[in-house]
Amino acid sequence: MLSSITIGQYYPGNSLLHRLDPRVKLLLLLAFMVEIFVFTAAPAYAVLSAMTLLLMLNSGVPLKIIMGSLKPLWWIIAFTFLIHLCSTPGDAFAQVWIFALTWEGAARGGLICLRLVLLILLSSLLTFTTSPLKLTDAMEALLRPFKGLGVPAHELAMMMTIALRFVPTLIEETDRIMKAQQSRGVDFSEGSLLKRAQNMVPILVPLFLSAFRRADDLALAMEARCYRGGEGRTQMKALRVSQIDFVAVGAFLLLTVLLAALYFYTV
Amino acid sequence: MSVLIEMEGLSHLFGTGQGGDKYALQGVNLQLRQGEFLAVLGANGSGKSTLARHMNGLLLPTEGHCRVKGMDTRELAEAGELWRVRREVGMVFQNPDNQLIAAVVEDDVAFGPENLGVEPDKIRRRVHEALKAVGMRHFAKFAPHLLSGGQKQRVAIAGALAMQTECLVLDEPTAMLDPQGRQEVMQVLEGLHRERGLTVVLITHFMEEAARAERVVVMEDGHVACEGTPREVFAEPQAMQKLGLEAPLAGELAQLLSQSGIRLPLPEAGSIMTHEDLQQSLVLYRQRQEG
Repeated sequence: MLSSITIGQYYPGNSLLHRLDPRVKLLLLLAFMVEIFVFTAAPAYAVLSAMTLLLMLNSGVPLKIIMGSLKPLWWIIAFTFLIHLCSTPGDAFAQVWIFALTWEGAARGGLICLRLVLLILLSSLLTFTTSPLKLTDAMEALLRPFKGLGVPAHELAMMMTIALRFVPTLIEETDRIMKAQQSRGVDFSEGSLLKRAQNMVPILVPLFLSAFRRADDLALAMEARCYRGGEGRTQMKALRVSQIDFVAVGAFLLLTVLLAALYFYTV
Repeated sequence: MSVLIEMEGLSHLFGTGQGGDKYALQGVNLQLRQGEFLAVLGANGSGKSTLARHMNGLLLPTEGHCRVKGMDTRELAEAGELWRVRREVGMVFQNPDNQLIAAVVEDDVAFGPENLGVEPDKIRRRVHEALKAVGMRHFAKFAPHLLSGGQKQRVAIAGALAMQTECLVLDEPTAMLDPQGRQEVMQVLEGLHRERGLTVVLITHFMEEAARAERVVVMEDGHVACEGTPREVFAEPQAMQKLGLEAPLAGELAQLLSQSGIRLPLPEAGSIMTHEDLQQSLVLYRQRQEG
């Protein structure tokens, strides 16, 4: 039951997006997000939407799955649209109670919603095409320059790696403890909310105990394998920038020029 | 053969926090020669795990010395350079789940060499080689939780091999495994010892495993109770029982038979210790009866 949980939403593949260096991917995503906020003209948004759609098609991830990432956020999008529809002054086409619905509001709301949709789609594209491990490596690499400011880049990445390694193990363990407690007569599916919350205690206590024991063992095993923190450490899978990364950055720069031209032309 | 690890009057005191401190090891003298296969036996609480942890500086002697290739572990600890010992002496622990660090098998094997600052290309070669040596090459991209216990222990062994250790100390590596996993691990260990001359220290409470070593050390209450080849050590089942251990099944059966009046002839090896010995001697017995 619990074992079907997967971490992240990585969708294995070999598309252009999959092969991009995760650092480059992460930085390009950030840059894209900035552009979405800066170039707010309609023609620029048309280009950005087309671009996003192209990337989605290229990723090899089924469109249905990518669109699924909008699902948990649809009510925020709808709410945003409504607020803009009701609160923007202008040419009213209808009156609901004290709110005047305006054409300007509809246009503005539509644009803002499109912005939200694009942001969500692009960022989920990153997690669909990058394994959590690679994302961790990318974060470590990008945070490394801030080490002088006290950002523990290596430690954060090591924690992420260990968490990724132990989540399945702990899930298995939870499953086992639940079965053990069920066989002793604990019922997890019945009773009031308070009762059910109380029933979680006999799961959590042994789980925490064993997690601490595991942490102890693991620390010993890491020490036995010469772990001395991030200092002087190398990586087998060192990230390498390749040709497609340069092509991607080049394409992005061209796009930026196009967007800027469109934006200043319309404004 | 040169001495790899040397323990001299080694004692280890565990503070219990209630004033009643306890010696886990007391005046242990032990030499481990390069290329040998040593088994350490002992009942629970006899100090065999503590002994193992001194061999790579995870614990430091309260009194006495432990030297690995001439390097004193206490001196290295004071200089903050214990990793130099750990590079020579790899360690595999009991629980297969709690010693794999990375979420992918090959990344885990690479962990040791990465810590030593080896170049990426060389690490890749070492990882490939180490996984091949333990027969886990096809599992390089697997997640550890998808492997069986025996496979996880083999990956842990590969992790030590990738550091190019001279010696492998295994602290009850088969205690949590099923019989098949136990067999896998033992075969890998014997293979590595035979083909690469790897020095192996196997801490165990399975007599059948200890019988496969070249030398056996039996621990009792923090000191070495007896030591010798498996045949010498297992020759007297009563003595074994006094140390809280059971002699290998084959030897015990032979003794029970002799007590009920059936004297089995001795096999070629001179005593009955392994299943093969027992088989041989039973065949001899039958031939004698018929002939």
